[in-house]
Amino acid sequence: MNKDILICGVGGQGTVLASRIIAAAAMEEGNTVHSAETIGMAQRGGSVTSHVRVGEAAFSPLIPFGGADLLLAFEPAEAVRNLKYLKKGGKAVINTAATRPVTESLKSTGYDGREMTAWLQGKCDCVFVNAEEECAPFGSAKFLNIILLGVAEGTGSLGLRREALLEQIGKQVPARFLEINTRAFRRGLEIGEASVRTE
Amino acid sequence: MREYVMGNGAIALGALAAGVNLVAGYPGTPSSEIIETVSRYPHDGIHLEWSVNEKAALEVAAAAAYSGARAMVTMKQMGLNVASDPLMSVAYIGVRGGLVIVSADDPGPISSQTEQDTRRFADFARIPVFDPSSPEEAYAMIQDAFECSERYGTPVLFRPTTRVCHAYASIEVPDTFAPRSYDGFVRDPGKWVIFPRLSRANHGKMEARNTEIAEDFSAYRFNSVEGSGSGKAVVASGVSYAYVKECLKGREDIRLIRVATAFPFPEKFMLRALEGVREVLCLEELSPYVEEQILKTAGRHHLELRVRGKLDGTVPHNGENSVELSSGILEGFLGIRREQAPAEAADQPALPVRPPVLCAGCPHRASFYAVKQAMKGRKAFFCGDIGCYTLGNAMPLDMVDTCLCMGAGITMAQGLNHTNPDAVCFAFVGDSTFFASGMTGVVNAVYNGADIILCVLDNSTTAMTGHQPHPGTGRNMMGSAVEKVDIGRVLEGIGVRTVRTVDPLELEKAVQAVRECAEEKGVRAILFKSPCVALTRPAKKCAVDGAKCIACRKCIREIGCPALIMDGEKVRIDANLCTGCGLCGRICPAGAIGGEGHE
Repeated sequence: MNKDILICGVGGQGTVLASRIIAAAAMEEGNTVHSAETIGMAQRGGSVTSHVRVGEAAFSPLIPFGGADLLLAFEPAEAVRNLKYLKKGGKAVINTAATRPVTESLKSTGYDGREMTAWLQGKCDCVFVNAEEECAPFGSAKFLNIILLGVAEGTGSLGLRREALLEQIGKQVPARFLEINTRAFRRGLEIGEASVRTE
Repeated sequence: MREYVMGNGAIALGALAAGVNLVAGYPGTPSSEIIETVSRYPHDGIHLEWSVNEKAALEVAAAAAYSGARAMVTMKQMGLNVASDPLMSVAYIGVRGGLVIVSADDPGPISSQTEQDTRRFADFARIPVFDPSSPEEAYAMIQDAFECSERYGTPVLFRPTTRVCHAYASIEVPDTFAPRSYDGFVRDPGKWVIFPRLSRANHGKMEARNTEIAEDFSAYRFNSVEGSGSGKAVVASGVSYAYVKECLKGREDIRLIRVATAFPFPEKFMLRALEGVREVLCLEELSPYVEEQILKTAGRHHLELRVRGKLDGTVPHNGENSVELSSGILEGFLGIRREQAPAEAADQPALPVRPPVLCAGCPHRASFYAVKQAMKGRKAFFCGDIGCYTLGNAMPLDMVDTCLCMGAGITMAQGLNHTNPDAVCFAFVGDSTFFASGMTGVVNAVYNGADIILCVLDNSTTAMTGHQPHPGTGRNMMGSAVEKVDIGRVLEGIGVRTVRTVDPLELEKAVQAVRECAEEKGVRAILFKSPCVALTRPAKKCAVDGAKCIACRKCIREIGCPALIMDGEKVRIDANLCTGCGLCGRICPAGAIGGEGHE
């Protein structure tokens, strides 16, 4: 299997864990995997990306522009910023809940993400989900990454078995949070599957 | 066993596989995870330490290598500047056990002050350098570096770059690691004590040795030629090699020459690789080092060769390389076409900028704010330093007037004081940076009669690079609980006249301490002590009482905490970010912000 997956968001949203779960699951399925993370200063509220490259044909640690099969965006403006990575005909799973940077609060331009999602609509094959609202029943925004991972899997664009992903979630999250993470993942699956059915 | 590790992890595991006996370093992005990885694997019998700075780390490691042990030192590229004093000299003295100095470069720069090139340092110090292009290679090459160091009795540099350090790959490693046995230090003043006469003799030996190493490198497996083409060739090194491979996927007809050991330059290899080539393109990051070596080689051997790269403007001098940049340059050079990436749409909405900011609840925000409040209306300068608190420069705090290099804030405040006696001059330094290179600056201030206020922002960790312990934390990398070096007592010992300790989150007391300090003369210090929020469990969170909020936005305008959000006409606190520090509540003029459940 050759598959390039770009995960983008804002430092602190849990993109790294999502990329690790995907990479580990793809490896369990017998694939060669490379990945790359934004680490360091940008983690403090900056734009972050994780590049997951499945298959032998990956040389660059970063996915080339126009190369990603899936764009998994944790934030609408970050989806716009990184759309250049998505290949023609690729899928984008996008959280519509905006994360407003301090600079926006200071200048009060009213950024709320809606302009981004409106623009994205015509640009690619998008699945929109308000992951912040979806997190509410689980009691914390910390489940955002697992829900979005579930959505991506539900659309069928990860190319991985969901049991493999669940197994890796079990390995990567603390045992006491496994049950709730599993429920969050399944909620994501529902949303992803529904989006495919309505197409 | 197979391990999925980042490039830095691969370097650590490679060193363990090479039987390393001692590892020392100082944290710095993109190098910090090397020592952390060693600590996560069984490492019985290996001495592991975060040294106070890179110079200390290299000196500790050099003596271990004198003793026949294998030693590795890790740092970021600017750390090599700090370690350059011992580096230049140990190159002359040489080693018995392998000594490998990992200096991670940061093209971009992504999280550094400079775009310097460690390969130049290798040339300057006249010691070999290895330059991996992937985590897999880094694992193999670090072991070669130890072999090379021991075979030639020279320290060796190992230069990964950010994209290699932070890339992940799956690597096959032994199930167990065992440090090598060594015989210990043998006294021999004629060998280990540097004197001008010894340096003169050794200088000759170093150059002779480098000729031999260049021969060796000409047969080194990672210096390679691929593709069948002639006439034109592409030369790449480091991660640029991976970018070119990505661009030339499926093209076997283009000659690709890869240089993994820039110094001593493998000239014989390059002459063979360039046979039949009349035009060569050099793709490398930072400085045109390999390009210059090819020009020298062409001159020395009268080659009819056109060399393209940074020096003729074909490749940019600054910034990092990428598949996209390489692809464009290769298109022009080879006349090939790759499938075009979709162009950025013209109608794309304006994107919010996301500069890095202090975390919600970060005590540094409170410290900066206290100083700002106390100095309102007075002429004051604020010298910053390297660490999370560099982010105190961001609006709305805007509390960093200078930032140069590790420890410089303390000494630069003195320079400003001597030339601007009408201003109150502040130096901000973090706890780890204080130990790394701040203390000597304080001695300088006391000795030379400076009039400064030193603000130590003590959050009990090295936060920016991932929370490494330091001498003030009471823990070290050997897992031992050790005596904490007390910054307050250090300052008193040095002769700082007044040392105040405050909790920055107690805003009024903190402001008062700064005001008092400002009325005094000489070197005064304030220790702002409050632990890093990333390491503590949040207290009860704050909330805004919508009925009381007068929408004056003072909290947002003055402290700029990421948890404070405008929600329509009112301010809201993002409970997912809030740590309950309460700073916003202390400045709210309407008393609208309180603890959890506050309505």
